[in-house]
Amino acid sequence: MVMAAEPQFHVLAVDDSLFDRKLIERLLQKASCQVTTVDSGYKALEFLGLREGVEINDPDAVSTSPVIHQEVEVNLIITDYCMPSMTGYDLLKEVKESSACKNIPVVIMSSENVPARISRCLEEGAEEFFLKPVRLADLNKLKPHMMKTKLKNQKLEEIETPSKVESGTVAAVVEPESEVEPKQIYLQVVQQEEQTVSNNKRKSVEEGLSTHRSRPRFEGITTAV
Amino acid sequence: MDALVAQLQMQYRNYTVSLYQQGFLDDQFTELKKLQDDASPDFVAEVLSLFFEDCVKLIGNMARALDQTGTVDFSQVGASVHQLKGSSSSVGAKRVKGLCITFKEYCEANNYEGCVRCLQQVDIEFKALQTKLQDMFNLEKQIIQAGGKVPQVDIN
Repeated sequence: MVMAAEPQFHVLAVDDSLFDRKLIERLLQKASCQVTTVDSGYKALEFLGLREGVEINDPDAVSTSPVIHQEVEVNLIITDYCMPSMTGYDLLKEVKESSACKNIPVVIMSSENVPARISRCLEEGAEEFFLKPVRLADLNKLKPHMMKTKLKNQKLEEIETPSKVESGTVAAVVEPESEVEPKQIYLQVVQQEEQTVSNNKRKSVEEGLSTHRSRPRFEGITTAV
Repeated sequence: MDALVAQLQMQYRNYTVSLYQQGFLDDQFTELKKLQDDASPDFVAEVLSLFFEDCVKLIGNMARALDQTGTVDFSQVGASVHQLKGSSSSVGAKRVKGLCITFKEYCEANNYEGCVRCLQQVDIEFKALQTKLQDMFNLEKQIIQAGGKVPQVDIN
């Protein structure tokens, strides 16, 4: 895949059916996105850095990219609704409840047209609800959503000073401007086990990064293209 | 041999159109073809092959679930039917999808005979589709071997 200067969207696709994964992957590639597919909500959370668990060498890990906690930016999550153990709705909730990932747009797909299900998902924060089979035309609706997060990240890029937090245990997540004063970015305490309270007395603008919310570094991504 | 290519292309067009007209395929199949390009030249064939594998597996599940002497777990049958309905819908396998809809209703009604009938029909239908599509792919190969290009078929 050509690493062009134009924006490349990275989509995380979640579906327990191999067949559906193949389809959505091709659709997204055709729509010029980089795609990572995983076969469960748990694997998705791991990829996003929201959950520890499955080892990298797990033979059951079915994803087109290794499950690594590296700095990978995800611009959109598209997930099937009906999945064993963790449904798309459960995944949606987890993502929206995480301070790190809640701004990633989530799209739900389902083969069933159940209005109550659809409104539940939209209420929980899903951007769109697609009925399967998903088509290319549907994916074009997603570009504006992905553009939003991309622009937001770029904006953060411009504001931040390029200093990394010294100790590996201290990290914080920048809150989106809408919830904090738009002109400045403050350090926030993150509710994750491994984080410790960072020095938020300092008024200088600084951005600490957790593994999944980082500068866009497309050169390093080893996802399927 | 241009005459041969032209003839094969016409055959191919007619054959493809007939598949749509006879209800074997619907416009979702057309959508699938749109996803095939130089980057993914065998996409349709790969997807179809996965689909047919799915058919065999799921039909096997359904047959096993229906074969329980005693109580049949219709929800188990229904789960497989649901999956098959999904994949047939995604591939554009119109007749198979239609059968799955009926099949699902029989499952929900716990109608054993209805389910068994549907199972037999689904089996026949997917095999018929497989044969038809194989013929279509063979025509494509012949066109390419004769030096021609596979035409885009417009389904109206």
